[in-house]
Amino acid sequence: MNKIFIIIQREYLSRVKKRSFLILTFLTPLLIAGIYAFMIWMIMKDDTEKRTIAVINNSELVKPVKSENFTTFKYLQNVSFEEAKKNMTANGYYALLVIPKDILKSQTAELFSYKQVTIEVKSDVGGQIRDHIEKIKRSKIIVESNIPDLEQKLAATRTPISMRTIKFGEGGQVKESSTEIAMAIGFISSFIIYMFIFLYGVQVMRGVIEEKTNRIVEVIISSVKPFQLMMGKIIGVAMVGLTQFIMWVVLSGIIITIGTAIILPGIDLDTLQQAKTLSELPQGAGSLNPDQFKMAQELLGTFDLPYVAGILGAFIFFFLGGYLLYSALFAAVGSAVDNETETQQFMLPITIPLILAMYIGFAVAKNPEGSLAFWGSIIPLTSPIVMLVRIPYGVPIWELLLSMGTLIGTFLFVTWIAAKIYRVGILMYGKKVSYKEIWKWLRYHN
Amino acid sequence: MTFFETKEVVKQYAGHTALNKVSISVPKGSIFGLLGPNGAGKTTLIRIINQITGPDSGEVFYNGKPLSTNDIQRIGYLPEERGLYKKMKTGDQAVYLAQLKGMSKKEATKKLKVWFDKFDILPWWDKKVEELSKGMQQKIQFIVTILHEPELLIFDEPFSGFDPINTNLLKKEILNLRDKGATIIFSTHNMGSVEEICDHIALINKSEKILDGPVDQIKKRYRTNTYKLSYTGEFDKLDQILNSDFEIVDREKGIECNTLKIKLHNGSSSNDLLGLLLPYLNIVSFAEIIPSMNDIFIRVVKESKKF
Repeated sequence: MNKIFIIIQREYLSRVKKRSFLILTFLTPLLIAGIYAFMIWMIMKDDTEKRTIAVINNSELVKPVKSENFTTFKYLQNVSFEEAKKNMTANGYYALLVIPKDILKSQTAELFSYKQVTIEVKSDVGGQIRDHIEKIKRSKIIVESNIPDLEQKLAATRTPISMRTIKFGEGGQVKESSTEIAMAIGFISSFIIYMFIFLYGVQVMRGVIEEKTNRIVEVIISSVKPFQLMMGKIIGVAMVGLTQFIMWVVLSGIIITIGTAIILPGIDLDTLQQAKTLSELPQGAGSLNPDQFKMAQELLGTFDLPYVAGILGAFIFFFLGGYLLYSALFAAVGSAVDNETETQQFMLPITIPLILAMYIGFAVAKNPEGSLAFWGSIIPLTSPIVMLVRIPYGVPIWELLLSMGTLIGTFLFVTWIAAKIYRVGILMYGKKVSYKEIWKWLRYHN
Repeated sequence: MTFFETKEVVKQYAGHTALNKVSISVPKGSIFGLLGPNGAGKTTLIRIINQITGPDSGEVFYNGKPLSTNDIQRIGYLPEERGLYKKMKTGDQAVYLAQLKGMSKKEATKKLKVWFDKFDILPWWDKKVEELSKGMQQKIQFIVTILHEPELLIFDEPFSGFDPINTNLLKKEILNLRDKGATIIFSTHNMGSVEEICDHIALINKSEKILDGPVDQIKKRYRTNTYKLSYTGEFDKLDQILNSDFEIVDREKGIECNTLKIKLHNGSSSNDLLGLLLPYLNIVSFAEIIPSMNDIFIRVVKESKKF
């Protein structure tokens, strides 16, 4: 038994020490955090560019756009379009706004420029004109209908609705949750499992092929049983995968903590969660607007400790179960061939259920209670992926246990079969192997 | 005393028999040659000894007891198809393989350094295997095979890919191990090396053992009573002197002396032949022609084809 640990140790260390592993492990969370930070920075960044926009107003509107912040509007009097166009660069105008005579009817204005106009400028100009016209129309109606305080009454009819989604917990307590977040968690974790099974399953297969083509395998199996070598490799690689995942979780945790401290200085997450309204928050939270406050609360409500621990536990179980099941198959494929190009005919039956599982996962996200969801999360070839999509929505405990039990059982059976193929395959050189041949191997005894 | 033994071992693969009732018996402290053409079943037999695969029927005894899993620790095996992890450091890899044979890391490292030094490859300890020449890799494989001081050593075509200098180095070490008490099974189809180092052999052809025993006895058994005689001077009445008991199978004229190959029949002895020829010839040398293992190998394999 001791020998299998020696094998696991070698398989683990030889991979963890690789530069590609270190890069993938440390760079991925940083890269993701970096992309998010960049996107947030882009959105939050104030546009401080000073611009002057020339306006040719052919309509009866009186100064429908007004200079504000960094954008200045200059109304040109008695200047033709051609002339204005010609002098645009010389006068340092950023753009030329033309308001047509029939703007009330056509509801269209034109903005000319040499460079592409930014979205903000476009929507700002459009918004100003719209507000101006709406105001004129409104005051006209108010005057015509002669109802007192109509303006205030109309304003009072505007009612934005925000939906709070609250889930009953096991003990009957209620907690704030978010469907969108549950869906996102389900997708992300099942996708990571899908990726890990492929990534690390193929690593197992490559390892087996390497040993076979290196001709080191016969030396090793004169010291240990082929089963020990196969399981040592599978377990060693599994630990590499787990190490990578745990590193990602830890690194993301650190990045999120630092990130929160930068975005919301002076508030700890508990106070944020306890607060019923924005005004209850202490100073420093002023930078939050009501929408962000609601989102932060939903996030925190969804991510309470037992929930996160539950998902993490399920993730690790289904990752290991799915990985062990598939990597045994990958190992068998690796043993049957002489080089990687020959693997294709045997890879198909492995990749199809995996890809299918991903598609079922998409459908299940829309309806996590249907029969597709049920069977997809029980059948062991798809369950590691499909179940993870369902878990954030909550799954009955008996279904979970059934799914886990089937997965373990199938894993044991598949490993037993794979070991039989592996044992014969690793000593077969230079032979083109078919399914029929593999079927024969299964019936060899010892 | 027999150290290792197989009795009527049979191994079948779908549709073909790899070994058919093969019994061999390897004396303790001997170098036992396992001979046979390619595809005869040598590798299958070796894999059974190493418990890589099991026999369908028949028995295998190690040191008087049925072969058990624990015996693996006491066997060293250098396969014909051998290799190393290319990307792994030489020293680490040797330690790893020694650990799999049950040695502790510390002990393995200590002993390996001694052997690496002896074989002049110590400076490559921290280099990756792919940076080593093929000869150096072979040396490492040899060291790893014998490092745990096994009682039984199995070498499958050990000299393939070695240059003459390293082949000699290896031969010396193998004989050394035998002198220290190890029993050695040596599989090859290179008859030259068999004659040099093997005491016993078994010849396997087409899944069956067709010949076995001590090398000198086999040679005696296959001698043809043929003698080689060299003489100087001219003599043309040879055929008149020699009666039907003596058959000249070959005659050759040389510059300094002439050579005859004479086969003895009907129980006549070499003394009779010499007595007949002495009065007429000036004899330079006279010796029995002992068949080489190569001749025996070819002859036995050919004969077995007739059946």
